[in-house]
Amino acid sequence: MIEAKEVSFSYDDEETNTQKIVVDKLSLTINKGEFVAILGHNGSGKSSLVKLFNCVNIPCAGKVYVDRLDTTDEKVLFDIRSRVGMVFQNPDNQLVATIVEEDVAFGPENLGVPPLEIRKRVDDALKAVDMYAYIDAAPHNLSGGQKQRIAIAGILAMQPEYLILDESTAMLDPMGRREVMDTVKRLNRQGMAVILITHYMEEAAQADRVIVMEEGRIFMDADPKKVFSKVEEMKSLRLGVPQAAELAYCLKKGGLDIGETVLTPEAFVEAFQRRIQ
Amino acid sequence: MLKDITLGQYFPGDSVVHKADPRMKILITLVFLIGLFTVKSWLGFLPVLVFTVFVIRISQVPFWYVLKGLKAIAVLIAITGCFNIFLTEGTVWFQIGWLKATYEGLNLAGFMLVRICMLIVITSMLTLTTTPIMLTDGIESLLNPLKKIKVPVHEFAMMMTIALRFIPTIMEETDKIMKAQSARGADFESGNLLQRAKAMIPILVPLFISAFRRADELAVAMECRCYHGDQNRTKLRQLHFSGIDALAAVFTLLVLVFQFVIEGMTL
Repeated sequence: MIEAKEVSFSYDDEETNTQKIVVDKLSLTINKGEFVAILGHNGSGKSSLVKLFNCVNIPCAGKVYVDRLDTTDEKVLFDIRSRVGMVFQNPDNQLVATIVEEDVAFGPENLGVPPLEIRKRVDDALKAVDMYAYIDAAPHNLSGGQKQRIAIAGILAMQPEYLILDESTAMLDPMGRREVMDTVKRLNRQGMAVILITHYMEEAAQADRVIVMEEGRIFMDADPKKVFSKVEEMKSLRLGVPQAAELAYCLKKGGLDIGETVLTPEAFVEAFQRRIQ
Repeated sequence: MLKDITLGQYFPGDSVVHKADPRMKILITLVFLIGLFTVKSWLGFLPVLVFTVFVIRISQVPFWYVLKGLKAIAVLIAITGCFNIFLTEGTVWFQIGWLKATYEGLNLAGFMLVRICMLIVITSMLTLTTTPIMLTDGIESLLNPLKKIKVPVHEFAMMMTIALRFIPTIMEETDKIMKAQSARGADFESGNLLQRAKAMIPILVPLFISAFRRADELAVAMECRCYHGDQNRTKLRQLHFSGIDALAAVFTLLVLVFQFVIEGMTL
C-alpha cells in the first residue's frame, strides 16, 4: 500500500526566484494490485507526485509511506526503489546496456542478487513482457514498443509490487502503445499494482481507478465511468474524454441520450443500438 | 547509412577463441605484443607467426577479414618504410640525388613491416573475437586490484558500457539533425575546410544539448533501478577461467620459450 499523507513538494524556480509548489498537501492511498491512471495537463504535478513514491522526490512536508516504509528514511531507499519500479517516457534514455539481457539484469545486479538468481529473474521478466526471443538483441535495433517492454522487464527483474509508467506510451506509435498497454494489463491481472500517467484517455479508461490532478491537488478520484461522465469538467481542465464518451456526450447535447457513460467504441455501439430499438 | 555501422569490429562466431575468457585473451595479447618488441632476428618471428596463424584458423574468422585491418595503416607502414630505407647508414643499394637507400635500411624496413603487421593482426584478433561488452568486463576484472588505490575502475567500465550503448543512438540522432538542417537549407558539402567545419556547428549544438538531456534522464532512470556504484554489486555474467584458457596460457608460454631459444641460437 502506498500512502501519501498531506504531502507537499515544491522546487525553486530559478527564473522568478520563487518557490513553485507542484504537489500541495495531497493525501492518497493506492492499494496493492490496483490499476490507477493519473490524468492532468502539463504542470499539474502528476509526474512530481509519482516521483515521491520512489524517493526520486523527497517531500517538503507530509509523508509518503510505501508498505509502511517512510520514503524520507535513507536506510530503506533501495528497498523502496525495488518495490516501486518506474518506467519513463523516452525508451532510449533508460536502457543502460548494449545487450537486452544485460540491461534487464542491471536492477538485480545493483541489488546484489546472486548471479544464478539474476539469470532466473532475467528469463522470467523477459518472458513476462513477451520479449524472451530478443534476449541477445541490441536495444538500438528494437522498435520503440519493444524497447519500452525491455524497460518494463528491467523493472520486473527487481520484483516490484508497484509499477509506475510515467507517460511511457507518449513517444510510441499506435502499435507500440498497444504492445505496452497489453503487457501492463496482463501484469496487473497477475497482481502487479500499476500507476499509469498518460495523456491518452483511451488508456486511462482501461484502469480501475482514475485520478485527475489539477494544481498539485486531486480534482477527481473515481472509477473511469464516473470520471469520464463529467465531460464539461474534464474539458475545463484542458483534458479530453475517450472518443466514444465524447460522441455520446455530443449526441446527448443534440437530444439523443444513450443513457450510461460509454468508454469504448464497442460499448457505444451496444448502448446506441439498445437506445434506438 | 549511419545505421549500418557496427560497434567495434566483432566478428560473430562460436569458436574456442570466441568462448575463451576475455581476461586471458587480453593478457595473451599483451604478452605477445611485448614478445614482438623483443624479437631481434627474422627467425624470432616464427613462433609468434605460427601461433597467430593457428589462432586465426581455429577462430574461424576468414584470413582476408583479419588482414583488412592492415589496410588502414598501409600509409603509415609505407612512410616508416621509406624513412628506414633512406635514413639508415650502411652499404648503398641505389641513390636518388642525395637520398641513399641502403641494404641495412631495407632489412630494417622489412623487419618493421613484419612487426607492425603482426601487431595489428594480433590485436585485431582480440577485438574480432571478443564483444565490446566482454572486453569491458575483462578490463574491469583485470584492473580490479587498482580499486585498492582508489582508481575508479568500476566507474570507468560503466562509462565504457554506456558509451557503447549510446553510440548508435547518438549516430541516429546526428543523422536526423543533419537531415533537419539540410531541409532548412544548410549546406554541409561545399566550401573549404573552414566553411565546412563552421557548417557543423548547427549540428553539434543541438546534439550536445540533447546528449546532456539524455545523460540527465539516464541518471534518474539508473537511480530508480537502485544503481549506487559497485558496492554490493553482483554481475549476471561471471567470467570463468576454463581448461581452454589454461591451455592457451601454456601455449603462449611455449611460444615465448621457443622465441627465446631461437633468438639465442641465431644471435
